Amino acid sequence: MKYIDEYRDGEVAQTLAAAIRAEADPARSYHFMEFCGGHTHAISRYGVSDLLPPNVKMIHGPGCPVCVLPIGRVDQAIRLALEQGVTLCTYGDCLRVPASDALSLMKAKARGGDIRMVYSSADAVTLAQKNPDKQIVFFAIGFETTTPPTAVAIKQAAALGLKNFSVLCCHVLTPSAISSILESPEVRQWGTVPLDGFIGPAHVSTIIGSRPYEFFAEEYRKPVVIAGFEPLDVMQAIKMLIRQVNEGRAEVENEFARAVSRDGNLKAQQLVAEVFEMRKAFEWRGLNVLPYSALRIRSQFAEFDAEKRFPLAYASVPDHKACECGAILRGVKRPQDCKIFGNVCTPENPVGSCMVSSEGACAAHYTYGRYKDVA
Amino acid sequence: MTEIRKNYVRPLDIKHGQVDMAHGSGGRAMAQLIEELFARHLGNEYLAQGDDGALLPYPGEGRLVMATDSHVVSPLFFPGGDIGCLSVHGTINDVAMMGARPLYLSAGFILEEGFKFADLARIVQSMAEAARAAGVPVVTGDTKVVERGKGDGVFITTTGVGIVAPGNELSGRCARPGDVILVSGTLGDHGMAIMAERESLGFESPIVSDTAALHGLIETMRASGADIHVLRDPTRGGLATTLNEIARQSGVGMMLLEKDLPVKPAVNAACEFLGLDPLYVANEGKLVAICAEPDADKLLAAMRNHPLGMDAAVVGRVHEDPHHFVQMTTAFGGKRIVDWLSGEQLPRIC
Repeated sequence: MKYIDEYRDGEVAQTLAAAIRAEADPARSYHFMEFCGGHTHAISRYGVSDLLPPNVKMIHGPGCPVCVLPIGRVDQAIRLALEQGVTLCTYGDCLRVPASDALSLMKAKARGGDIRMVYSSADAVTLAQKNPDKQIVFFAIGFETTTPPTAVAIKQAAALGLKNFSVLCCHVLTPSAISSILESPEVRQWGTVPLDGFIGPAHVSTIIGSRPYEFFAEEYRKPVVIAGFEPLDVMQAIKMLIRQVNEGRAEVENEFARAVSRDGNLKAQQLVAEVFEMRKAFEWRGLNVLPYSALRIRSQFAEFDAEKRFPLAYASVPDHKACECGAILRGVKRPQDCKIFGNVCTPENPVGSCMVSSEGACAAHYTYGRYKDVA
Repeated sequence: MTEIRKNYVRPLDIKHGQVDMAHGSGGRAMAQLIEELFARHLGNEYLAQGDDGALLPYPGEGRLVMATDSHVVSPLFFPGGDIGCLSVHGTINDVAMMGARPLYLSAGFILEEGFKFADLARIVQSMAEAARAAGVPVVTGDTKVVERGKGDGVFITTTGVGIVAPGNELSGRCARPGDVILVSGTLGDHGMAIMAERESLGFESPIVSDTAALHGLIETMRASGADIHVLRDPTRGGLATTLNEIARQSGVGMMLLEKDLPVKPAVNAACEFLGLDPLYVANEGKLVAICAEPDADKLLAAMRNHPLGMDAAVVGRVHEDPHHFVQMTTAFGGKRIVDWLSGEQLPRIC
């Protein structure tokens, strides 16, 4: 595949690995967090950590859309399908996120809920057009990458005058999650989570640009390198981060310049601003309630807001007691530190959300890396 | 089949007709469907006996192998095949993977009320062609009809019987440390051909299902004299799942080399686009062979000499591992597990 294979080249990887070894100071260690699940997945799938020297450690961040989705939100979606009889559409991975009463959207489907997987928000709009007698709800999740398509779907539904389409909006914002990690006592006060820098999101940054990260670099003195989702992108970013640390710099650098600009996609930002506004507070799985960290639908488009159309009170539900997803999402623990990892909680029967998506830290480690734990 | 078709019987309207509940009733309508559609295309001397079962010649020395496979594919027609030929190939392959020569097939049809005769005729013709090409006749069958909404057009269950010569038995239990793992061709063609048709993805692709009967290829492989330990067709769950099954059955570990896995560029691109991994995508005309190390070159050459094995490749090795992990050296230079398929492969979000 042209323009993809080039970024997965094994020989270039060896050269880059040698460069990283040369760059890294053997007298110290480096801890970098890859914010995005896309990076977590690339690191595990291509075995990137095997190419890094032992003193360069990657910490998995919270940037996996389904991992940060709190149980209460999935419960809402399930209630819509089972109690309100709507046709609920959502993206693939979301179907398996564990919710209350040992349910998930997939299990709710088996109980008779009309739940469909769609590849794009536009498919949900089409479904509404084709089934005027059914209420279609699009369960919209994800970071800034998936937000503009939801905005487009709402505007499209408005233009078509659809009376049977609405959106359960659970879109969240990347910068809030990064702030929450940097503000956490483990990083700020106790220093139990050593954090020398971030690999910044790939797809999210194509939308929001590199500018929003400048605050983190300046305020918290943490270098950020925005990187693409291919394994060579990740390695190049690691090398750039090591160099920043060695030189005592904390800047935003852009490894993914082929797709990310400083200002991002202004048209998409404008669309999002037109349709959505900030929620004062939103519960995240693992990160608790974060202020101004998520979006809701503006009153101008209220008729497409499932939370207004249907009786849907939000109830926060605590995670399973033994589940360490919260600590894992904050980088405080590793998947293998969790007592139920791989025995009670497996990809077949996920207890925590990090075991759901292949981008989740637990699922990635279980699926690709658990052989390392037995040696 | 009884000779019920007399002057007063109106022939089935294959062009415009549909299956109705009467076609599963056991009465005249069913007999007519069997005679004018199934027997007409699939006909052979055993089927013509017209009894509740087929009376078959005893195949002689060796042991019998029997395998059964139900087919519920959607869509029923896809690039490169349909549920008809698939149901013949799938079961022939299951018999052949045991080291046996497939001899006979049975076919059970579950038809949904309202299913078009025209589609059914296409499917049965395709089955007949596949059975003829493979030299494995359908010798007995069954027809049931379920109410509209309780099926998905047609489900087909086929059972195959074959004979394995003494000493030729194969099993997933026989992989040994040091053995070499080969595949007979490109991975993921069938699954991606189906995916591209399904899910209203709206992308056009040149991907065609690889559905094929593999017993001919296996004969060629056997004739090479190579010491083959395991044969298996990596259908649902793909190569990854098949290798995990064998690793567990044989109590061994495996190491694959990603750079040596044959995958068509179009399949790779479609997988990339949908966030899928070709290692987990179904094949219907490919096999995995595990053989003794010194015979690997000989076996590979034999496979490549057969039209169904032209893209055959050595993809890995068997080693000792108490945990039975299937691992892979990535093309990138790292290592990772190639795990069992977990649930259904769902597209990733971003």
